[in-house]
Amino acid sequence: MKSPIKALTLTVSALAAIGLLASCSNGANPGGGESADGQVELSVVSLIPGTEQAAFDAFNNQVKQFEKANPDIKIKPVEYEWKADTFPALLAGGTLPIVYTIPFTDGQTLIENGQIADITEEVKALPFYDKFNKNVLSAGTDDKGHIFAVPREAYGNGLQYNRDLFTQAGLDPDKPPTTWDEVRAAAKTISEKTGAAGYMQMTQGATGGWQTTVATYAHGGRMEEIKGDKVTATLDTDATKKSLQFLKDLRWEDNSMGSNFLYDWGTINKAFASGQIGMFTGGSDLYTALIRENQMDPAHYGITTLPLEGKDGAVLGGGTLSVVNGKASEAQKKAAVKWINFYYLQKYLDKDAAITDAKTLAAANQAVGTPALPIFDKATLDESREWIKDYINVPQDQVAPFTSKIFDQPLVIEPTKSTQDIYGILSPVVQAVLTDKNADIDALLKQANADAQAVLDRG
Amino acid sequence: MRTPEPRAGRGDGPSIPAVTPRYSLVQEGTAATMTTLTKPAPTKRRRARNPRTWLRGGGLSNLLFAAPMIIIFGLFSFYPIIRAFVMSFQKTNLIADPQWVGLLNFQRVLEDPVFWVALQNTGWFALLALIFGYPIPLIAAVLMSEVRRARGLYSVLAYLPVVIPPVVAVLLWKFFYDAGPNGVFNTMLGWVGLGPFPWIQDATMAMPSIVLEATWAAAGGTIIIYLAALTGVAPELYDAAEIDGAGIWRKIWHVTLPQLRGVLLITLILQIIGTAQVFLEPFLFTDGGPANSTVTLLQLIYRYGFQNSLGGNYGSATALSVMLALFLALLSFVYFRLTSGWSKN
Repeated sequence: MKSPIKALTLTVSALAAIGLLASCSNGANPGGGESADGQVELSVVSLIPGTEQAAFDAFNNQVKQFEKANPDIKIKPVEYEWKADTFPALLAGGTLPIVYTIPFTDGQTLIENGQIADITEEVKALPFYDKFNKNVLSAGTDDKGHIFAVPREAYGNGLQYNRDLFTQAGLDPDKPPTTWDEVRAAAKTISEKTGAAGYMQMTQGATGGWQTTVATYAHGGRMEEIKGDKVTATLDTDATKKSLQFLKDLRWEDNSMGSNFLYDWGTINKAFASGQIGMFTGGSDLYTALIRENQMDPAHYGITTLPLEGKDGAVLGGGTLSVVNGKASEAQKKAAVKWINFYYLQKYLDKDAAITDAKTLAAANQAVGTPALPIFDKATLDESREWIKDYINVPQDQVAPFTSKIFDQPLVIEPTKSTQDIYGILSPVVQAVLTDKNADIDALLKQANADAQAVLDRG
Repeated sequence: MRTPEPRAGRGDGPSIPAVTPRYSLVQEGTAATMTTLTKPAPTKRRRARNPRTWLRGGGLSNLLFAAPMIIIFGLFSFYPIIRAFVMSFQKTNLIADPQWVGLLNFQRVLEDPVFWVALQNTGWFALLALIFGYPIPLIAAVLMSEVRRARGLYSVLAYLPVVIPPVVAVLLWKFFYDAGPNGVFNTMLGWVGLGPFPWIQDATMAMPSIVLEATWAAAGGTIIIYLAALTGVAPELYDAAEIDGAGIWRKIWHVTLPQLRGVLLITLILQIIGTAQVFLEPFLFTDGGPANSTVTLLQLIYRYGFQNSLGGNYGSATALSVMLALFLALLSFVYFRLTSGWSKN
């Protein structure tokens, strides 16, 4: 070390490196607590990354409005989009903001893992608490009645179909199938006439089990039975067998499922949007993703209700929950529920809020008016739809087969115990049925049920 | 033809022969410095070891220079390793305080039926990769070293797949592997009346298909290593073998392979360690499907930690990681113990 200048440069650069690292680890710390002047700092998710500036401006206006009404709360918006591949990393890394949103499918697992905060008191204090659709609210409630999440929007699973492929195959896109036999017949026709897979189902990761649960519910079955503290896995009922037999028939007898069988949520959307798949089951909120991410021609999109069978036939519901980070302080929890009420719920209850929200979505090129289920009652939903009718950009006549009938279908939420594990156990079964001609459905389900029971027993 | 060179005679069986020119340079270099250093008596060196001379000898600036690496390695390598080891004995959701659970995580992994499937699959992958992936680069390298003209071109072609980012390569092959009659490979095979094959859409074909891509992707790097090693084989050995009447196969068997054995040993253990940790290909191609036929150990770790249970199962994930790491460390140790005699001749 000959010259002092060199030494200085070295020291400075070493310090800079250390400082850089230190600031990195600071950044990983989710939104502080209370600041010196008693203000609660609340980090919340804002809009998805890449949204246009106009939408951000609208969002920031809402933030200002909220802060004006609640001078003790300081909002810190964070761009966010829930994605299956990035969310677990955000969760494990502890970098999620205080208020964020998750799909229904994750609710029970996060509650079991203790990763989201109990907000029972705050939610029950909301003046419109009694108006909540209890069925939908239960997606974010544990078995002791504690509330951990507030529904933001709800949907039912439906039968997605490509109207263009229907037309090409000589089928009437305005008269989609209403029974599973009709679905099978339509799939065969589409397959023969167009070369596309007539019918397909998600099979990978947890999605295979998730959509098998959708089919099982539609056939009148359930995945688990809860009596007191005892949870029994019921993966091997006739309803599940029927729904797998349906796939087996389409695959091996009719050959109407194409040749590729490994799909998850993202890839099946892509294949469907590009006309490789005629029909598949999925949430009624898919429109946004199909149009925005997969560039599907809106004119090709169609959705109808699932055929329900048996006296317990039901639709598996889904949707988005807004939750409060498990790391939140008491003050932050209170502020968080205030924000959830203001930003996510008022649009169903207040005309101005509804219009602001619709405007923001429309400006962000997001879909307005996707078929939804009421998180309060149907009259409230209808009224809020009426307020925003000028901004609706989803072709309503194409979703009419779904919206005209969904309210007559009973809605049931997902299995509440070890949801993701049970889905994960079922996915290989679906894959086996689709890729192995000699797959023994009964034996596979028996084994899956035993595996699921083992998971449930260890709690 | 057989003009004695200064290097002649080294071919008679020196220990760990100079396998690559670069390697040999380093060896010769260190040998030279060693001799110059050892001459002025070792006592002088020992006396030099005290804090003040360390300081005066630039110890501080050495440390300063090393600091960024030490900090970065510590933060991003050693710290996570230690954390993972600790977490394998804990139940944690990364929010509440972790609880010590002893060996429960390890027990859970061993009780998981998918673990045994994954173990089998990883073994199967390693075996297939060994059968296809190990000899092919060697054969290619031997053939390429025989080529007199445009050798550079062949090297570039062989190395090209390594340049393609692995994820891109897999997604590309996934597209090629489309199981429909219009898939790229199926169309090509259709010209000669074969197929259509289900490729990755079938439990028996999925793993070989994945190995095929992995071999294609990794061969280039190994070929380059072998090519370099081959240039280190003294040409007079071949000349001698030729005079003794050896044909091409005997030359390869008696000269090339023994001369390469040091490198062969290294690439073998590297390949075994690599295949035991295979993740990317099955993850992107099939996500372990169809019906768990391609789930590997590392993928199972990922599933425990991040996928199905939304990160609820960090304990099992770290427990399996620790087991895998211990197994590989043990394997490497035993392997080098067993083969040390061999490589030293």
